[in-house]
Amino acid sequence: MLTEFLYLMKAELMITIIIFILLFLKLGSKEMKAENMLNFINVLLVINLAAGFFNIPTGNLFGDMFRTNELFTLEKNFLNFGTLIISLQSYDWLKNHKHVPEFYILLLSTLLGMFFMISSSNLLMFYLGLELSTIPLAALCNFDLHQRRSSEAAFKMIMSSAFSSGLLLFGISLLYGSTGTLDFHELTLQLNDNSLQIFSLILLIAGFGFKISAVPFHLWTADVYEGSPVAVTSYLSVVSKGAILFVIVSVFYNVFTPVANSWYNMIFLISVATMIIGNLFALRQQNMKRFLAFSSIAQVGFILVGLTAQSTEGSSSVIYFILIYIFSNLGAFGVISVVSAITGKETMDDYRGFYKTNPLLTWVLAISLFSLAGIPPLAGFFGKFFLLFAGAGKGNYSLIVIAALNMVVSLYYYLKVIKAMFMDANENPIEKIHSHWQPKIAMGICVGGILITGIASGAYNYIHSLLK
Amino acid sequence: MSSVPMSHILFVSTALFFIGMYGLFTRRNMITMLMAIELILNSVNINFVVFNKYLYPDKLDGIFFTIFIITIAAAEAAVAIAIIINLYRSHRSIDVENASEMKW
Repeated sequence: MLTEFLYLMKAELMITIIIFILLFLKLGSKEMKAENMLNFINVLLVINLAAGFFNIPTGNLFGDMFRTNELFTLEKNFLNFGTLIISLQSYDWLKNHKHVPEFYILLLSTLLGMFFMISSSNLLMFYLGLELSTIPLAALCNFDLHQRRSSEAAFKMIMSSAFSSGLLLFGISLLYGSTGTLDFHELTLQLNDNSLQIFSLILLIAGFGFKISAVPFHLWTADVYEGSPVAVTSYLSVVSKGAILFVIVSVFYNVFTPVANSWYNMIFLISVATMIIGNLFALRQQNMKRFLAFSSIAQVGFILVGLTAQSTEGSSSVIYFILIYIFSNLGAFGVISVVSAITGKETMDDYRGFYKTNPLLTWVLAISLFSLAGIPPLAGFFGKFFLLFAGAGKGNYSLIVIAALNMVVSLYYYLKVIKAMFMDANENPIEKIHSHWQPKIAMGICVGGILITGIASGAYNYIHSLLK
Repeated sequence: MSSVPMSHILFVSTALFFIGMYGLFTRRNMITMLMAIELILNSVNINFVVFNKYLYPDKLDGIFFTIFIITIAAAEAAVAIAIIINLYRSHRSIDVENASEMKW
């Protein structure tokens, strides 16, 4: 019994152990230097990532509240990978910060919450994981303690996430009232199209929509992304959003199958609105973080197109796209975080003439933005191609046409940044940046991932085979 | 003993939910907004307890859920108040209209 527990909850226990090691280091009397601490933590995170690939467990625990299998382990590995990359990239920012262990304790707590959320097989367990992954994130948004914008962002984050979990909970309570169960398997058997269940489905989608910042519920996103430290912004936009999307895929495809027609229509409308509004607002942004916030809203719109497919192709293309999204978005955020940590510059005008002083960083940012826009040889193209292809399988071609038009619009604002970096002149450009080797490695991995993942088809086939 | 029909209690909890929502959108004081969110969570608690007591008295799922919601609401309030205190130090105010450096 105990060995089974240790084995099945391997990924969660690893994170818990790291959290406790950091707590003891913090409590210890000897003050460690920030650089040594960061190197030590990054080694721990590498070990944690590597451990995820061996001895993949399958089974249930706690009376079917917790389940794990090969697919969930793969998703957890994606999240571990994203966290490691973000940790490497934020080296230059964190080495001058006084509270390094606290930062990682909060960050890893949210990761632990996401793992429980992905593995949950019960609405109670799901809710607990969701809260564990959002409450510490609000504290993380406030991590630049003396900046007005940081605390404003944290306030907006905690209020909107508390409100959205209120909506989600009201939906769950009505679902409980109409079916009498919280377990996912029994829920599927009890669901039929009665109006109370449809109403609770609307509330659940609203709650989920807040967390992935789909359009009627996106208003907090840009402010929180702009005000938080860059490391937290990239974590919010990639890891946190990815975890919720994994859960949405598994919940909508496995639990809400009896009401598939109802949620299809809702997701269809949300997807169209998300793509259009995200793109239109991204056109007029001047702050780089805010610009990437709206671009990530638009990307969520494309992901929802894949979600409407309601087939194995749909779910595998969504999971595959999240892997690519981790590479491309973290590549872009890596450059922005290094520039912001060393020079403090974040607006688009500062990036004019960036190529003259930092050609290598410019190429990293350019490749990442091309991948986000979906230019053919890069991974982003294949990700979007699979999403739209899966969406087309449902036969709703108007959605595909809208998505394709939106890809053209999105190209305009990505190219605007690239033009500013390569072509525009600037009397006061960002000086030559000398970052530590760790952010460089992280950016190298991202660029490698963007170049390879699309062409090597192994990743997509592997995900597809797991979902069969 | 159980003379109160379920629909009456559900009416109270739904009213509480929408009062909380109204308060969250109209109040400009951060602490009051937090109280409005607590109202929403408490309406959910009432829902769970009522459904459990009237419809599924042989199971305890709803009661367990309520206990967890109360605990997490406390944690949420603690973090939110810490953030508000920190915000007060830099803004010298807890009015949301003053926390509007970032817009659009």
